[in-house]
Amino acid sequence: MGQQIVNGLFLGSIYALFALGYTLVFGVLDILNLAHAAVFMLACFVALVLVGNAGLHILVALPLAVLAAGILGVVLERVAFRPLRGRADSNFSGLISSLAVAIVFEAIALEVWGPNVERFPFGTLPAGRPIPFLGAEISRLQLTAVGVAVLFFLALTWLVTRTRLGREIRAVAESPRAARVLGVNVDRVISASFFISSALGGAAGVLYGLAYNAIAPDMGRSVELKGLAVIVLGGMGSMPGAVIAGFALGLSEVFVVAKLGGSYRDVVSFAGLFVILVLRPRGLLGAASLREA
Amino acid sequence: MWEALKDLFLTYESTLGYIGLNSLLALSVYATLSCGQLALSNAGFMAIGAYAATLLTMEGGVPFPVALAAGAVLPALVAVPLGLPVLRLRGVFLAIATIGFGEVVRLGIVNWDHVNGAQGIVAIPQKTHLWTIFVALGAVLFVLSRLRGSKWGFALEAIREDEPAARTMGIPTAAYKLAMLVFGAAIAGLAGGLEAHFTFMVAPNGFSFGRVVDMLVFAVVGGTARFWGPVLGAAFLTLLPELLRDLAPLVGIEPGPLRLMVNGLVLLAVILFLPNGMASVPDRIRERARARERGRLAPGAAGWARSSRSSGWSAPSAAFAPWTAPRSRSAPARSTGSSARTAPGRRPPST
Repeated sequence: MGQQIVNGLFLGSIYALFALGYTLVFGVLDILNLAHAAVFMLACFVALVLVGNAGLHILVALPLAVLAAGILGVVLERVAFRPLRGRADSNFSGLISSLAVAIVFEAIALEVWGPNVERFPFGTLPAGRPIPFLGAEISRLQLTAVGVAVLFFLALTWLVTRTRLGREIRAVAESPRAARVLGVNVDRVISASFFISSALGGAAGVLYGLAYNAIAPDMGRSVELKGLAVIVLGGMGSMPGAVIAGFALGLSEVFVVAKLGGSYRDVVSFAGLFVILVLRPRGLLGAASLREA
Repeated sequence: MWEALKDLFLTYESTLGYIGLNSLLALSVYATLSCGQLALSNAGFMAIGAYAATLLTMEGGVPFPVALAAGAVLPALVAVPLGLPVLRLRGVFLAIATIGFGEVVRLGIVNWDHVNGAQGIVAIPQKTHLWTIFVALGAVLFVLSRLRGSKWGFALEAIREDEPAARTMGIPTAAYKLAMLVFGAAIAGLAGGLEAHFTFMVAPNGFSFGRVVDMLVFAVVGGTARFWGPVLGAAFLTLLPELLRDLAPLVGIEPGPLRLMVNGLVLLAVILFLPNGMASVPDRIRERARARERGRLAPGAAGWARSSRSSGWSAPSAAFAPWTAPRSRSAPARSTGSSARTAPGRRPPST
């Protein structure tokens, strides 16, 4: 039981990190960035190269991979979102163009690393005995993952609520037009949001790759759909909601696997997603629904 | 000579079949897009149709046409209780909810032991012929072509352009949206039944999120302003890999990644530079020619249109004034000339 909770929190921290980035972009631009999972995957491959080929320590490789993911996010915004800004249906066309970039990213990974599952070299994670905690055992990786998730969440909360950039991000989320009139450099703010969002997704990707030690070009797909479930459950655009929902999904998946078996794991998230959208479309912490015609 | 032609046909028979099947699938997504709704449940509907038809022919001993019809009707029936609550959602939320539905169907099949779960059913009798697929496609295209210019067609267009306004005009938007979801579900189910008896196998893996993404890509690349656009897109993107197979060694990229890469780049290029898809190319050429004509007759008017589009007097808001950009999913060809660009009084769509 205790062990289940630990495992659930670990899985949940990865979902929460992934969903934080997802929801940040949705909150700012009202666009679903379907390339988020592709950035997640590429960051993991970057970490693999840094550890496997360059021989770096994972604690050095992780921040570098996160940085690389952030840069990818800026590129993604330039290529797929900026040219569409101002189009009447930018929600729809942004969805499609991010999908296109996701396909291209996946093709690149497929060409460079091939379709087979890659693994981190043995000894990537420093050896160490799991830490006993209330009858459960916490591995170093689990502790790191939860720590990274909490750290990022606190940093992001600080950034959004206390800094100038955060104020500008909130202003753009409210109304890009009004923000621009008030002298906010909207393009720069959106670029920064994409950098942060993709960096979070990249961090989730590296941790996910370390956790399952199975890195493949299509590893982002299942997480992409679960990330959707998380941001819907949390309320689209709500960051605390995404974190709470991420941990909730991680915990519920672990318990479902324990009680019903592995093949029911994904049923819960998608059935839950569906039910929430029908009963309470704005999620747990979402703002009251707006007219979206 | 005759032999050579026959060989050629046999080589490309499956490609032709896939062009037909993919066209049907693209049209099933188009059905809901035609009233502005992005529903991504069609892989789920396709799975229901494929499994229903397969079980009926293999275990029920039912004649193939009846099984196919059942495979189209069952997902249509499922679409009603799905659509009633879900179609109240808008935009991205509808897309997400329907993705959830598709995944639940797929996972339900994975957990259904009677149909071999994730392994799927193999050795399905081959009953689908090329002509079966194209008869089905022709029937669907006929229905869609009749919609154009009818009361239904205008209602769908009105809903796509501005749903609240359409509702205010007395159009029962919920009923139309539901009808199109049901119609799309029937097309997807029909395609599923046809495909199962064309490739001799069904497996839940074939109905994943990636499948519905493929359908959407066909429809978007072809263009959704015209009912034949999705067919164009499906044909183009199904033939492309065949052409690329010979090209792959030349550029030094494996065929698999190359195909994926080209698909992605084509999609990106279309959404960036040709928002109404390939089907809009003739309209664009015509419109450009007309604009040039007008420019010659009244240079002032054309010049005004251009200056209002560049940031000029409205610098701070230009990028966020949607009515200055051509609307993508609307049908600009039918609106006269460049009204979408020049009419300043046009009501800006709320965002």
